[in-house]
Amino acid sequence: MASTAIHDAVVSHQHDDHGHDHGHHKETFITKYIFSQDHKMIAKQFLITGIAMAVVAMILSILFRLQLAWPDESFPLLETFLGEKWAEGGRIKPDFYLAIVTIHGTMMVFFVLTAGLSGTFSNLLIPLQLGARDMASPFLNMISYWLFFLSCVIMMGSFFVESGPASSGWTVYPPLSALPKAISGSGTGMTLWLISMVLFVASALIGALNYISTILNMRTKGMDMWKMPLTIWAFFLTAIVGVLSFPVLVSAVVLLIFDRSFGTSFYLSDIVVAGQVLPNQGGSPVLWQHLFWFLGHPEVYIVIMPALGITSEVIATNSRKPIFGYHAMVYSLIGITVLSFIVWGHHMFVTGMNPFLGGVFMITTLIIAVPSAVKTFNYLATIWRGNLRFTPAMLFAIGLVSFFISGGLTGIFLGNAALDINLHDTYFVVAHFHLVMGCAAIFGMLCGVYHWYPKLFGRMMDERLGYLHFWATFIGAYLVFFPMHFMGIDGVPRRYYAFTEFAFMQEWLTVNVFITWAAIISAIAQIAFLWNFFYSIYYGKKSPQNPWESNTLEWTAPVEHLHGNWPGEIPSVHRWPYDYSKPGHHTDFIPQTTPFSETMSSNLIHDFEGNPEAEHIQQQWDKEHAPERYTPEQV
Amino acid sequence: MENLQIEDRLNLKAKKFLMWLFIIASFMMFAALTSGFIVYTEGNAERGIKVLLPKAFMVSSVIIIISSITAHMAYLAARGLQFSKQKLYITLTIILGIAFFYSQFTAWQALYDSGAYFVNYNASQSFIYVFSGAHLLHVIVGIFFLIYALIGAVRTIPQVRNVFRMEVASIFWHFLDILWIYLYVFLLLNQ
Repeated sequence: MASTAIHDAVVSHQHDDHGHDHGHHKETFITKYIFSQDHKMIAKQFLITGIAMAVVAMILSILFRLQLAWPDESFPLLETFLGEKWAEGGRIKPDFYLAIVTIHGTMMVFFVLTAGLSGTFSNLLIPLQLGARDMASPFLNMISYWLFFLSCVIMMGSFFVESGPASSGWTVYPPLSALPKAISGSGTGMTLWLISMVLFVASALIGALNYISTILNMRTKGMDMWKMPLTIWAFFLTAIVGVLSFPVLVSAVVLLIFDRSFGTSFYLSDIVVAGQVLPNQGGSPVLWQHLFWFLGHPEVYIVIMPALGITSEVIATNSRKPIFGYHAMVYSLIGITVLSFIVWGHHMFVTGMNPFLGGVFMITTLIIAVPSAVKTFNYLATIWRGNLRFTPAMLFAIGLVSFFISGGLTGIFLGNAALDINLHDTYFVVAHFHLVMGCAAIFGMLCGVYHWYPKLFGRMMDERLGYLHFWATFIGAYLVFFPMHFMGIDGVPRRYYAFTEFAFMQEWLTVNVFITWAAIISAIAQIAFLWNFFYSIYYGKKSPQNPWESNTLEWTAPVEHLHGNWPGEIPSVHRWPYDYSKPGHHTDFIPQTTPFSETMSSNLIHDFEGNPEAEHIQQQWDKEHAPERYTPEQV
Repeated sequence: MENLQIEDRLNLKAKKFLMWLFIIASFMMFAALTSGFIVYTEGNAERGIKVLLPKAFMVSSVIIIISSITAHMAYLAARGLQFSKQKLYITLTIILGIAFFYSQFTAWQALYDSGAYFVNYNASQSFIYVFSGAHLLHVIVGIFFLIYALIGAVRTIPQVRNVFRMEVASIFWHFLDILWIYLYVFLLLNQ
């Protein structure tokens, strides 16, 4: 009995925390901004860290683009900034070139497009769109961010060690990555890379566990799974993919650490370095590829699915139309989730794989085009004859669809085991994945930033700068990546330091100059975004309650953030989130919180999901007020 | 008031669910390691375990099965408000957990003596250490969960939370039990 009473006391204390203004329980600078357990603050932390990492990774990409465009030219400025070790005489050294390519990939894939994208929007939107006070475990949520931060710091720290950062490509294939003697980046830099990745995986896993548990257990009254916005479906399935695939990377990394530091031979065999035979025998480097790509391929869907979810929401809102094929959208996400686990072999067609097995992986890979195409067509059908509002967010959403199509089409060629003999490890692959998962996902992320900025910071971003940012980035990105297809078809391999050494590659030097200029212009365009983003935090226009006239729950929460999201009771949900431009209603949107009893003039019989009493009431109302809508035969 | 109590209970339910998800994640890690073992071992006839597994693994299995029973009894005691019994059984489970640790070390010693070293040209034998080592790391985490539950019981925290901690700890402990049996059977089948 006594314990029940204590329990009540605990509950009523929590009530104070949540229900009323939070002024009277003390929040210091540290608990509010640094070790915050509030999902909205954690979302901002993820976003700003992600943006910082994106800027670093983008600067790295400009550095190696300079090298590719002008391999014989000297840039004294580079020596000033990078020092003699990495840019002697103003030319980037081969070792450093490989390092920046590696770190660019790692940062973009993991830190920007996994943590920056999922971390930001899952944290912000899951509680707000589902009607929850916070995540299942706010404490673990905080841990998740700080592990991510630590892993970013360690990755950045690898630039400051003697032997330089990891430089065996973002896939860190052994034996190159396992042998410090093979390349200087495989020394301390590689160790730091592995530590950073383990911390990152821990962070991503803790985050994913939280997202899944929150979505399954903490939805508000009336919010059944089929009333969830597509954003939430996407975050949910992304988190499931993460939970099933990230632990596999840990296994792979653990074995690699043993090989590197304890002398085991999981991946190593028959290696001679500088005339010396290494003691490691009997290992299998292909084992790494299996384990790595079992994570690595689902990882690209971890990157793209949240972006697809975000654009579904933004496109429906700004087309003022219900999303086309809501159920098809969900089932195609589920299809992608399932298929993503049985396609990893298409990264390994040329590792001596049994051709029959290659055929199996080819078929599964091509099947994944089906759900992807379903999504694309549904986007187009949603936009078709919509009452379009071209906000910056909408433009970025349309940009995503464009990149997803043009990058996805080349995937059909790459997924073919026979064509892959020619195309693997060429610039064709680089063009493909930069369009379909790089540009598409970053556009999804930027779309989300523009759309939910008012929810994040309570202020609006400047639209004109947004348009400038969009067009410069959109055109720039195509100019960068489109020519790479042709280089790839001509057989130009990726990751090569200079095109001057091979006769057949020299003719592509001029194209490289063009690509580098396009890259520089699109990089400069990001300044418009960064200025807009940081300036608007302090001086942007104050956001109204529901700036985009959207249906979802987050726009019913007060603009000023408060702990627990809603003062008083959590709103309950009565309808799906896509009632835009419903015939018979006086506005072109009906929020999820509006009960059907307030929208008698626009209700349809199928809204009631077979509830005979509600149908009966509606028919009586139709008979009296709108005889043209009265359809007795449907009873 | 009643509403808020439901909200609170839902939160605990969500937190308990986190444990199930964590179990899935860590199972995936072991699934990756064991599939890695298969991919590796099938690749060449010279690979494979090729030694008899030490008897100590059998002892470990018995210890961890018994500890799973005591963990369940501690949970039942917590549910039945028999707190002194609960504390006794948690303590027993922790002791058995430490005994399991010791037994695994003896097994490693026996493996080492039979020539199946960790640093080995035949990585199938190294895998035995990786499996049991990764499992032991999980056992450490499991012991922390048990200590956390024990602290709750000693400090007489509210019953809802006491049962919650106990349940989380015992779910995880049963998982460790099943996981070890899986690994052991897997190794036996590939012996």
